[in-house]
Amino acid sequence: MCEASVFAMLSRTAQNLYWMGRYIERADATARLIEMGRRMTMLPSANAEWRSVARASGSAKALADDPKASDRAIIIRLLLDAENPSSIRCCIAQARANAKAIRTALTSDMWEALNDSWRLLETLDADEAVSELPIWLDWAKQRAAAFRGAVETSLLRNDGFIFLKLGELLERAEMTLRLLDVKYYVLLPETDVVGGGRDFHQWTSVLRATGALRAYHHVNRGDYTPWSIAEFLVLNPMFPRSAAYCFTQIDRRLNELALLYDGQRFACHDIAANMVGRLEACDIQVLFQSGLHEFIGDSIQITNRLSSAISNAYHF
Amino acid sequence: MRQGRPPRTFSLFALPIQCASLPSMFDEMRTKEGGVRAPYEQIAAWLTATGEKTLQRRQVEAEALFRRLGITFAVYGEGGDPERLIPFDLVPRVFGASEWRKLSRGVKQRARALNAFLYDVYHRGEILKAGIVPEALVYQNEAFLPEMVGFDPPGRVYSHIVGVDVVRTNPNEFQVLEDNCRTPSGVSYMLENREIMMRMFPQLFASVGVEPIDEYPSQLKRTLQEVAPPLCRGEPTIVLLTPGPLNSAYYEHSFLADLMGVELVEPSDLFVEGGKCWMRTTQGPQRVDVIYRRIDDAYLDPLAFRPDSLLGVPGLFGAYRAGAVTLCSAPGAGIADDKAIYVFTPEMIRFYLGEEPILKNVETWRCAIEGERDHVLANLKDLVVKQVHGSGGYGMLIGPHAAKKEIEAFRKKIIAEPENYIAQPTLELSSAPTLCGDALENRHVDFRPFCLVGKEVRLTPGGLTRVALTKGSLVVNSSQGGGVKDTWVLSE
Repeated sequence: MCEASVFAMLSRTAQNLYWMGRYIERADATARLIEMGRRMTMLPSANAEWRSVARASGSAKALADDPKASDRAIIIRLLLDAENPSSIRCCIAQARANAKAIRTALTSDMWEALNDSWRLLETLDADEAVSELPIWLDWAKQRAAAFRGAVETSLLRNDGFIFLKLGELLERAEMTLRLLDVKYYVLLPETDVVGGGRDFHQWTSVLRATGALRAYHHVNRGDYTPWSIAEFLVLNPMFPRSAAYCFTQIDRRLNELALLYDGQRFACHDIAANMVGRLEACDIQVLFQSGLHEFIGDSIQITNRLSSAISNAYHF
Repeated sequence: MRQGRPPRTFSLFALPIQCASLPSMFDEMRTKEGGVRAPYEQIAAWLTATGEKTLQRRQVEAEALFRRLGITFAVYGEGGDPERLIPFDLVPRVFGASEWRKLSRGVKQRARALNAFLYDVYHRGEILKAGIVPEALVYQNEAFLPEMVGFDPPGRVYSHIVGVDVVRTNPNEFQVLEDNCRTPSGVSYMLENREIMMRMFPQLFASVGVEPIDEYPSQLKRTLQEVAPPLCRGEPTIVLLTPGPLNSAYYEHSFLADLMGVELVEPSDLFVEGGKCWMRTTQGPQRVDVIYRRIDDAYLDPLAFRPDSLLGVPGLFGAYRAGAVTLCSAPGAGIADDKAIYVFTPEMIRFYLGEEPILKNVETWRCAIEGERDHVLANLKDLVVKQVHGSGGYGMLIGPHAAKKEIEAFRKKIIAEPENYIAQPTLELSSAPTLCGDALENRHVDFRPFCLVGKEVRLTPGGLTRVALTKGSLVVNSSQGGGVKDTWVLSE
């Protein structure tokens, strides 16, 4: 225990910042997930899409397993359900609660980004929500973007900033992996080239949901193959939602934190570095052969382990 | 969190002002002959020159400023907006230099006597042996903490921040309505009201000599440093302990922590190990030496006080008693601001300080005493009856405003448990000019200065003036139209 009165950040403050980062990112990603479901069901003969969205979200398992679950029930579960801690409403409510608890470590720009139009969502009923779904999905994405912008230009670059970023990056890595998994549930790749029509539409909607359509085009010159899409979302080091990018950044932020804290390194540093190494050495063809779904499940588990290793290391 | 009696911290705006009808009371600004009292000369001239229309416009600007700064208090469970603004009136309440000198000496005197009383009742109990304060009133009082007996808090200070609620009934007299020895709130409004006034009317401050109040946070910090525990080596680490964001005074807690540059902690941030108190940080546990706690005794330490409490830091009281950490205020300080004890404050001042009280008490009848009880029961319709242990505003009868049925219900309660009640006359409270819509009208005001007690006794020249915004109203409760004003003390 340290007796000297060195200024350190309260663990609770770090925890609040970390989870604020995670919740904002989760609200954003959940909006994208719902949007993806919506796009997929626009095609004729779609049926299991909403349930695969429910399964991939990780927070609507009961609905995913229930063949009679309605689209509407799944949308409400992910958008408004007060009982579901990962619904967009709960994510933003949680982020606001985190923000309130650390009022002193937050800038007013960040608070305003969270607060804007919040009351409207609070009072929204299910019918309205479903009929105005695109508006609310856009709203959630805009809140997340405004928040990130406010952080970028107003938050001190100290340990608090790093904890916020760690939460954001970890959640983003996990949600990209989950989005990719939706496609796995819908249709396992059977052919080398993505076939026309329905299959094509589904793969591109994964890219759309991650905001990657243009970037993918730019990199891959328009060819859609399941593994190049998966490769892009998992391994591309330049795309900011790819798992590789997120883990590289997590590794970098953790190293910055070690520098700030007298060189102290913990298990979380090893986990992050290992994961970066693993992704760098990864070949997408091999990945498909050994099972993309298993790889995704594995990686999601690693993000969970990393998350608890971070809270252990910094006492929250 | 809100089990049992409401925590003391909720009482800021729950204290009703007692007063008679509006016309007969003392007017802070005008003399009986219609002239302007000396301290208000410049304010009166400013009000005339500015005009009511402009004042009204500036009032709207002031409110926008408050909202932007996020100066709100939390009210949960009542519906409506849980984050509310306290109405701010931009006409300052003014004390002349000599008025303040008297008031200030009186408040400091009271703060010293109350601390001396606390030391005494937790040690030899001289004042009880001398027959001045009845023993039973102290030892059988639920605010008395037997666990504190024989313990010497650092500097022998129990109440480090004493909020004295003062009303004025005539040009020469201040009367104390009650003392707050535990965790009086409202000081953030004192500071913010001044900040807003200085932003909006800089030219006014340039022409009127107003004593500054911005030293308060550093004086508070100095006070807390001065009571570092015996086991503390070097510069003490100070924290402000809050129940959390749901507390009505949370804004004030974070505001003060910010201004003092200390951590704002919740009970779960602290723990006791090896007899010392620590806070959890990202770099491991760090020693905590002084805790300015804005949390009730009952919720401090589940091991010592309330085993059913989810709040609290197990072992904290033991660490305190061992001299490893200081709690401000000391547990058990509430015995000094108990309403049954209030009656004896003038006697305390004579007994401990050998001085005559500078501030008067409001005349008080104790229902426990037969003769006084008879008087109370015969005059219920003219009196204010308060529950002895209730904190501000709870369990109270305001005779002149109560229905017959209510009075009769109270009569039964008093007869059943006379020792639980005291009664006071309805006071003729002073009033001050206040902007009501687009007109200036008189409204009742009271005043709470915040006296700091460490190695020295310090009093910032100012305080919180609360105003009952509803015409003729007795109550400054914010949910019933209560507001706040900036308070000016003119320099010599």
